[in-house]
Amino acid sequence: MTDRSRAGLGNATRRATDLGALRRRRFSIGLLLVSIVLAGAGLASGSDGWSWPWFGDADASLILGQIRAPRTLGAWLTGALLGLAGAVAQGLFRNPLADPYLLGSAAGASLAVVLVLAAGSLGGVAIGWAAAEGLARLGLVGAAFAGAFVGVALTLALARGAQQTPRLLLAGVIVGVVLSALGDMVSTAAPEALRGKQAFMLGTTGFLGWESVGVLALGLALTVPIAWRLARVLDALALGEDSARSLGLALNRWRLVLVAVLALATGLAVSQAGLVAFVGLAAPHLVRRCAPAPNGYTLLASAAAGGTLLLAADVLARSLIAPQELPVGVVTAVLGGSYLLWLMRRRRLG
Amino acid sequence: MATGSEPSTFSTPPPPVAALRVDGLHVQLGGLPVLRGLSLALHPGWTAIVGPNGGGKSTLLRALAGLLPPHAGQVWLEGRPLAAYSARSRGQRIAWLAQQEAGEARGELTVRDVVQLGRLPHLGLFAAPGPLDDAAVDAALATTECTDWQCRRLHELSGGERQRVLLARALAVEAPVLLLDEPTTHLDPPHQVAVVRLLKRLAKAGTTVVSVLHDLPLALQADRLVVIQDGRVRADGSPRSTEVQGSLVTVFGGALSIERVGGRLTAVPRL
Repeated sequence: MTDRSRAGLGNATRRATDLGALRRRRFSIGLLLVSIVLAGAGLASGSDGWSWPWFGDADASLILGQIRAPRTLGAWLTGALLGLAGAVAQGLFRNPLADPYLLGSAAGASLAVVLVLAAGSLGGVAIGWAAAEGLARLGLVGAAFAGAFVGVALTLALARGAQQTPRLLLAGVIVGVVLSALGDMVSTAAPEALRGKQAFMLGTTGFLGWESVGVLALGLALTVPIAWRLARVLDALALGEDSARSLGLALNRWRLVLVAVLALATGLAVSQAGLVAFVGLAAPHLVRRCAPAPNGYTLLASAAAGGTLLLAADVLARSLIAPQELPVGVVTAVLGGSYLLWLMRRRRLG
Repeated sequence: MATGSEPSTFSTPPPPVAALRVDGLHVQLGGLPVLRGLSLALHPGWTAIVGPNGGGKSTLLRALAGLLPPHAGQVWLEGRPLAAYSARSRGQRIAWLAQQEAGEARGELTVRDVVQLGRLPHLGLFAAPGPLDDAAVDAALATTECTDWQCRRLHELSGGERQRVLLARALAVEAPVLLLDEPTTHLDPPHQVAVVRLLKRLAKAGTTVVSVLHDLPLALQADRLVVIQDGRVRADGSPRSTEVQGSLVTVFGGALSIERVGGRLTAVPRL
């Protein structure tokens, strides 16, 4: 092989690189514009149809400032955390079907929520009651977060670390099944917890206030830079584990850090908005389809796409049957499900 | 220092420090012994490792790359135990090309992104690639004739094209030791020849090139041939030596003969 082909390298390369960059820039700008439009819609959409309350009286601006604005922002931030977690999970497990809830965080969070909700009626069961008492002090949000973390910690313990991906996935499934079963047991003993549990399982953006926005923004500010810096680990993992290790990566350490990022992002999102379905799965797919790129861009864009998707779902959930409201998780499941279905069909036909 | 249970039959006097050396290496996979007390010293030049399927060739290469912990014995890199190197400095000194399996290499990486990963041991996770890295990537792409499609995605390429990209990834490391597991798989004859020429050139420039090869006519062009069977070295020396040729015929059950065609050695199947 000669060095002939080095001549004239510049033009062809630059043109094709520019094409990829152009696609990414277009997609990013598109996401930004759609997010802005959706944010406007989120501020305008209320229980009695669409209104533009900033021209109105003091009450109206109170609704805007204290309810619609934090809810809109919170929905975007929750979606962004889920999108980021989904991209990390899919890169880490080298599986396009991986989603943020795989490692036991969902089951852990829902068990904790059920325990809090059932705290009042579990007086007869001493241990359960003690646990529930402790969790109740944390509040529902804190409990869900703690539960998600305990779920992931159990998974890691069962898999003896993050060295072996199949083991980790299997441990996640086992922890998920066992913790869900425990949650079901508790809610059988305390049926009044079922309603709250259902709201949590479906996901809801209705309770997001400024405090939630602060917590979510802080979580995003923590997880995005770490994930972005570790994007090259995910890139190298795409070549296979041994190849990644031969490139001098301390794979075990970085995988653990990525699992921590995954757990933190998922735990925060779940604690604020419940188990919102499909956003974490669909957002990275959307990014890879519209603007294929190495993981650095995919992670950032998946966060933005997740935010946009959940905000869109939130606006729909609020306005479709106003003054009633749909649980946002139902909307994301329908939207995300149909998107993946469309994707599958296209793949088969194309 | 452990002594090998089976001494190397390498006959010429070795330089003071071998680039890579294994002493009495035992490796088990899934509880089964794959390497059984294998000793070998590797020096600058091109060494081809050949032998029947399941003999431990790939396992040896992975152990040499530090990807498999030995159950007994030791791997030495430039006179120091391999385990004493940090993952990153090991990655800078040893480039390893995996045997290509279907389904590996996913993701949305372009050819150039993949080759750029070869600079990871030098850059670490956080530094941005500089002009030196770009030059190494450009050179690796040019050497393997991948420059023209460096913006295509890895999963869109044919097996042979992908093999060339992965080879470029290993070259981009610019490591003094190059371990290649079946570098000519999926390649058409002109590109197989090109790889052989490349390996010879690298070897001449002082790189320690170790390749597992199934294609015996190609392997016979190497400076040194190591015949491995049942996790042990059966023969080791120049492909021209009658002892090595005899061992080669024996380990393959007499299914081939080594002949000289046009001044070059080649293996001819006995039908």
